Amino acid sequence: MAYVPLADQDDAHALHDPDSFITKYVWSQDHKVIAIQYGGIAIFVGLIALGLSILMRLQLGFPDTISWIDPAFYYQAVTMHGMIMVVYLLTALFLGGFGNYLIPLMCGTRDMVFPFLNMLSVWVYLLSVLILLASFFVPGGPTGAGWTLYAPQSITPGTPGSGYGILLMLVSLGVFIIAFTMGGLNYVTTILQARTRGLTLMRLPLSIWGIFTATVLGLFAFPALLVSAIMLTFDLMLGTSFFVPSMIHMGETLEHDGGSPILFQHLFWFFGHPEVYIVALPAFGLVSDVLSTHARKNIFGYRMMVWAIIAIGGLSFLVWAHHMYVSGMNPYFGFFFATTTLIIAVPTALKVYNWVLTLWQGNIRLNTPMLFAIGFIFTFVHGGLTGLFLGNVIIDVPLADTYFVVAHFHMVMGVSPVLVLYAALYHWYPKMTGKMFNETLGKIHFWCTFLGTYAIYLPMHYLGFLGVPRRYYEMGNTDFIPASAQALNANITIAAIFVAIAQLLFFINIFWSLKSGKPSGGNPWGATTLEWQTPDTPPKHGNWGEELPAVYRWAYDYSVPGAEKDFIPQNEPGEEYEKTFHHKGGES
Amino acid sequence: MAIAVVLVLLVVGSIIFHLVSPWWFTDIASHWANIDFTVNLTFWVTGFVFIAVNLFLAYSVYRYRQSKDTPDNKAVYEPENARLETGLTILTALGVAAMLAPGLFVWAQFVTVPEDATEFEAFGSQWQWAFRYPGDDGVMGTADISHISETNPWGINPADPAGQDDLVVKAPYMALPVDQPVKALLRSRDVLHNYTVPQFRAKMDMVPGMVSYMWIEPTRTGVFDVLCEQYCGLGHHIMRAQIEVMEPADYEQWLDQQMTFAETQSLPEGSVSAGRQAYATCASCHGQNGEGNQAMNAPKLAGLQDWYIARQLRYYSEGVRGANPDDSAGQMMAPMAAMVNSEEARLNVAAYIESLPDEPAPATVEGDAERGMRIYSANCAACHGAEAQGSWSTDAPALAGMSDWYLARQLNNYRDGIRGGEDGDHYGYQMTSMVKAMRTEAQQNDVIAYINTLR
Repeated sequence: MAYVPLADQDDAHALHDPDSFITKYVWSQDHKVIAIQYGGIAIFVGLIALGLSILMRLQLGFPDTISWIDPAFYYQAVTMHGMIMVVYLLTALFLGGFGNYLIPLMCGTRDMVFPFLNMLSVWVYLLSVLILLASFFVPGGPTGAGWTLYAPQSITPGTPGSGYGILLMLVSLGVFIIAFTMGGLNYVTTILQARTRGLTLMRLPLSIWGIFTATVLGLFAFPALLVSAIMLTFDLMLGTSFFVPSMIHMGETLEHDGGSPILFQHLFWFFGHPEVYIVALPAFGLVSDVLSTHARKNIFGYRMMVWAIIAIGGLSFLVWAHHMYVSGMNPYFGFFFATTTLIIAVPTALKVYNWVLTLWQGNIRLNTPMLFAIGFIFTFVHGGLTGLFLGNVIIDVPLADTYFVVAHFHMVMGVSPVLVLYAALYHWYPKMTGKMFNETLGKIHFWCTFLGTYAIYLPMHYLGFLGVPRRYYEMGNTDFIPASAQALNANITIAAIFVAIAQLLFFINIFWSLKSGKPSGGNPWGATTLEWQTPDTPPKHGNWGEELPAVYRWAYDYSVPGAEKDFIPQNEPGEEYEKTFHHKGGES
Repeated sequence: MAIAVVLVLLVVGSIIFHLVSPWWFTDIASHWANIDFTVNLTFWVTGFVFIAVNLFLAYSVYRYRQSKDTPDNKAVYEPENARLETGLTILTALGVAAMLAPGLFVWAQFVTVPEDATEFEAFGSQWQWAFRYPGDDGVMGTADISHISETNPWGINPADPAGQDDLVVKAPYMALPVDQPVKALLRSRDVLHNYTVPQFRAKMDMVPGMVSYMWIEPTRTGVFDVLCEQYCGLGHHIMRAQIEVMEPADYEQWLDQQMTFAETQSLPEGSVSAGRQAYATCASCHGQNGEGNQAMNAPKLAGLQDWYIARQLRYYSEGVRGANPDDSAGQMMAPMAAMVNSEEARLNVAAYIESLPDEPAPATVEGDAERGMRIYSANCAACHGAEAQGSWSTDAPALAGMSDWYLARQLNNYRDGIRGGEDGDHYGYQMTSMVKAMRTEAQQNDVIAYINTLR
């Protein structure tokens, strides 16, 4: 008999249910436990990065108040904040967290196809986090090279943590990539091979499309980071010269010759730009499902949405050098990369239109997850539009390396994905725990986060227009920077502290609700997708009880004309309603 | 409901913020007004989209929200609408093209240097600037990292005849003529740096191992900041220079005052014997062997690099140092320095001081050397060296074995704005920022205690 992976086995008796605390919660192979482990580690390390950002903001907003924030520490905080947030929080939480939780449930499988590999993935991820955090305790401290780790500065004295700190960073990234690859192969294989009966690719929820495409991007992009990390480690430890040209330090000529600093930038951004979409595409997917569910309306233009995700994913490998317009690379590359970059704006804009058109003529339920999702549309529009400045090569010239860049990518890659994370955490919390969260507390959390982050980042763009450079410990005497810029910086810092404190509301809410929240039932939102149709909530090991579900329709049968309820679950038998009819306003 | 109102308010608030914001581009000082044009064009196109999309979003949320009054509302089932989606695609593509096309047009100008542009070279290092202009032959000589030394910090090839008449500047100060196109050739001798003048709108990274370029045509006279905007390590934020845009006649005059490379290479060495005579005056306070005398407020000099001594003497005689009324010791020094008021005399004294026997000064400051080590190695060593030996390449003097009470006083002076604030004291300015690594007296004493262990 052919081998059938656990994920695909119809007969639940083949499951070996874990029977001890260790196998259930520690060395667990259950994708749901692994998802929560991934999420817990990511949020923990993300809180450290949040704390670092507050220290940075204190230095910028209120210089001279905290005696131990010296220039070296400031640059170390900048670096660790950036790298943790981008890689160890966002990538891990979207793919390791939501990917793990939702893929088997939304695809109607019992688990991932390689559960043991999945377990290894989370523990190797923890190892990478521990290695990273260890760099706070080595001589010289963590690397202060900026999260982009540009050579040769990252590995030469003159940059904080250029010895142990950068080495631990590079090793940690390597270990993270191993963990990601183990998880990523699992996600892709499960989605492609183990979907349940009737669940064709074009019936998949957009969450899965986003996670799937992002994972494929990651599997192609992370190797570029891995090789550049290995080559940089060789330059650091073995004296090779991949990235280090002949250079002088403290009056002495170093033993390197002929390396190319620009090669490092190409490799880094060949990873780094797809990385933006490794974070963004799962967010696009998750928010689509939250919007559709709570608008009680199908996602508008599903096929367009799927193709947009794929197009964005493909194009994301052709735009990397827009991070390098003023790097000294051949300036004629600017024509090509500006064109590809602005082309990517078209599918991205279509996604925005379709989200808004999903709300149009909907029956919108304005609860906490929906508020976060709507907030996301606003911040993403803002961050996406400022991307049109920086992507257009000539406009990038005055704005590159200023606070405009910082404000742009925090809007588009910080605030926007985080709002989606909260939308998704609130949305799927009842499924994960069987309890409802506190709606009032959730809404307060939304308002503080949404308004607070806008108060941080809208003014920051204007510091960039003014020309205030990023990665400056302090502005110093600079004639063109008026004193009012410092007052603005102080206000931004106050807003940042406010937002950071407001995040406590989220933790209070989820922990309080875990104990005292009302039981949610299996499908509190009246959602169509499979994860809401499990026999148990939270789903038990194996997810589906005796028999795997069969799928009869796409993921968005909300408010189908003539249907009894305003949603039809994907596993409800029956003919699918004609999807391609053209409806115009209220005429038909 | 609230969210719809807030979205409208955020759109309106963003517009108001834009209108009242005093923070916007600096007044332009180069011919790149068409960069500003493309920025403004993009601003209005994207601004329109921002307003339109978010107001539509707000209206949709308002109009189609669930409420208790209308419990029977039902969403419309509309999976797709090919005409609408195609129309939006075309519209978006047109909007993007409308921003991209002028952008690429201006970029073509940016990458095409006019034939008649003259050249200058900006040279970056951690965390200093140097500059070079072609001499009478109009050509800059070849240069390479391997030629760099204390006396040739530009790395100009000494064997290249074209380089001999190059005009060189080893200071964070450069000049350009107004209304003439110039091509900036950008080099670095260590890590990535960047040449930015915000008023010019142009910037470009400086990459070790290659020469990058950009071109500008300054359009108004004045003094502007030159910033490094590519993170280059600990001193990134203090890597500053100034550029003065001058009328062409003033510019020619300024150029004439600069030394040629050949002149810098044939400067006479400081004469120890001549310096010994001049030093007799110094010895009454600083001691016969330059060992210093705390009672006279005179720090130890022996062990200091000659270029540092010469530079400080010049600062004193030019009023860059010792002019601040709160700097009483410096005020005593200023008239003394005026006695050696030629570069040659200063180099002679410096040469003599460098020849004196270097015995460590007695330690008077107490602190926790281990804590000081952490601060020192993180923040100070990058310029002053791991052994506090100093280096010409970072323009940082030796600290180890020097009078520790003097170090303490200078650190206080930097912190209190008594030293480093004068125009022209570029290196002192850098210290006014780095001194923030020691914000408390305890931290400062710890660092000095550590430096005392390096003697």
